[in-house]
Amino acid sequence: MNEFLQQLINGISLGSVYALIALGYTMVYGVLRFINFAHGDVFMIGAFSAMFGHSLIKRSGLVMPDWLVALVVLTLSMVVGALLGTLIEKLAYKPLRERPRLTVLITAIGVSLLLEYVGQLVFGAAPRGFPSLIESKSLGGFGSLQLSSVQITVVLVSGGLLMGLRAIVMRTRMGLSMRALSLNPTAAALMGVNTNVVISFTFGLGSALAAAGGVFYASLYQAIDPFMGVLPGMKAFIAAVLGGIGVLPGAALGGVLLGVLETLVVGYSKVLGIPSGFRDAVAFLILILILLFKPTGLLGKAHREKV
Amino acid sequence: MKSKISLLIAVLFFGWLSFCFSGHREASWPLPQFDGYLLSILILIGINIVSAVSLNLVNGHTGQFSLGHAGFMAVGAYGSAWITLIHGKEILSLMGVFVSMPAECLFLIALLFGGLFAAVTGLIVGIPSLRLRGDYLAIVTLGFGEIIRVILQNSDALGGARGLAGIASYTTLGWTFGVAALAIYVVGTLVNSTYGRGFLAVRDDEIAAEAMGINTTKYKVVAFAVGAFFSGLAGGLYAHFIGYINPEGFNFLKSVDVVVIVILGGMGSTAGVTVAAVVLTLLNELLRQTEQYRMIVFALLLIVLMILRPQGLIADFGRLLPWRRRA
Repeated sequence: MNEFLQQLINGISLGSVYALIALGYTMVYGVLRFINFAHGDVFMIGAFSAMFGHSLIKRSGLVMPDWLVALVVLTLSMVVGALLGTLIEKLAYKPLRERPRLTVLITAIGVSLLLEYVGQLVFGAAPRGFPSLIESKSLGGFGSLQLSSVQITVVLVSGGLLMGLRAIVMRTRMGLSMRALSLNPTAAALMGVNTNVVISFTFGLGSALAAAGGVFYASLYQAIDPFMGVLPGMKAFIAAVLGGIGVLPGAALGGVLLGVLETLVVGYSKVLGIPSGFRDAVAFLILILILLFKPTGLLGKAHREKV
Repeated sequence: MKSKISLLIAVLFFGWLSFCFSGHREASWPLPQFDGYLLSILILIGINIVSAVSLNLVNGHTGQFSLGHAGFMAVGAYGSAWITLIHGKEILSLMGVFVSMPAECLFLIALLFGGLFAAVTGLIVGIPSLRLRGDYLAIVTLGFGEIIRVILQNSDALGGARGLAGIASYTTLGWTFGVAALAIYVVGTLVNSTYGRGFLAVRDDEIAAEAMGINTTKYKVVAFAVGAFFSGLAGGLYAHFIGYINPEGFNFLKSVDVVVIVILGGMGSTAGVTVAAVVLTLLNELLRQTEQYRMIVFALLLIVLMILRPQGLIADFGRLLPWRRRA
């Protein structure tokens, strides 16, 4: 039982990172109806900018409490992520607004590869250690159950960010415009929604969350490399589909669910008779199953195709 | 007209078949003795033509964007290597009862087995996933490609992550271009046949095609299986050229390599894709000195191409030929 709870905790902390990235996919899909393949690489850039930000602060000799350093670093990487996201949208996707979706998809693959290999050129291919932003200590109190401070912080801050996002989408004018745009782009434009601004904002917001996810992921695993975004990016996409793409609560739910499922499969691989090497296949298997049996996802609504 | 061009190209390539049974890797007449490096580039060009033309049937002609091509190549490579490396002697002795079989026959059996195995995998992957469209299909095929890789990585019988080494180098220039010619011929004529119009119809407007009574799922699955068959052949050729295969060699980036060729050549243009396979293989060799820039160049190429010239650089290549001016 303890082991199960332990796996559950590990799964939820991984899942909350997936949830943060998945939200970006789902938001972009909501307004533009395409999968931003480069999203996982914004996640990677987020982690790297946190690393550089951290060493910059340490070197500048400023005396700050640890929690403030962590906050500054997180904010910095979110800002970098947001800027990068909007930049990508402006340069690569905006010229393709009216083109077939396949064209945009291919461009997105191109952007993703570009970020990865420029990252490799600039940061080097070898994995680097990620500084511990939060002092890692065990908070374990329940028998053999281990609760690390990093895991708890990741889950709590992710939850806070999700709440903040919900507030932006549901309570602000910009959020209203986003929802209008995802419902019907033409009608929204006719009603005075500035489509370009809203799309840029959506990209920025989603990318900031991805960057935050990158910082959390790096804090959990303490190593970063230019290709670290590929698999979490794809899994987050799967999480978005699992929850119902275009639906914000769905992405959060899908992320946590996927994180837990994946961790459980790995944790119980011996019992289930699956080699743990199949870890990465689990997510894809879930994707294939969900697309076959409930393509709208857990919380999504079906759309009739119109000619 | 277009089909005649592909036929012409195909027939020209079939000439290379004469080298097949010569049994050695050096080319002879009408080409001068190549040095090994040039020869290996030529063979790589041929293999890339096979895999790009086969992917083009799926991604270009039928408009179903697949990102799992490397998975089928892996199945073909492992399937054929399994025959020549592991069960080669058994088959030889089994057949040796009737005739003494040259190694080429074994290679042919291995290639066909790899191709058919890939085609069956293509069917298994295609039937469920081809109900999906666009981005979803891309991700699901990518997922299947990864699953194939993970399965290979965890199967000890096939060497696991270490891969298979010591595969006999049966692949000659003749074999490669023979298969390339076959791929061009089959894909070219298939798409231009009465039956093959269905592929183009599915690409151009799936809903309209369905309304006209075209069984879109069937067409998609056929395209997928034929594409997988030839990519399996490409994988088999590759395995018996390099002599060593491992699952990591057939990862997502391998698929991207082929996708870049197809996009550069122009999706749905067999001639364009063939030319692009030649150009990109050469470009690959030129950029080998600066390996870290290679993928950056490819990525930029993809982005810029999609913005400025989504039909591909060489799509209208045929128009430049004098005998096609009228078209």
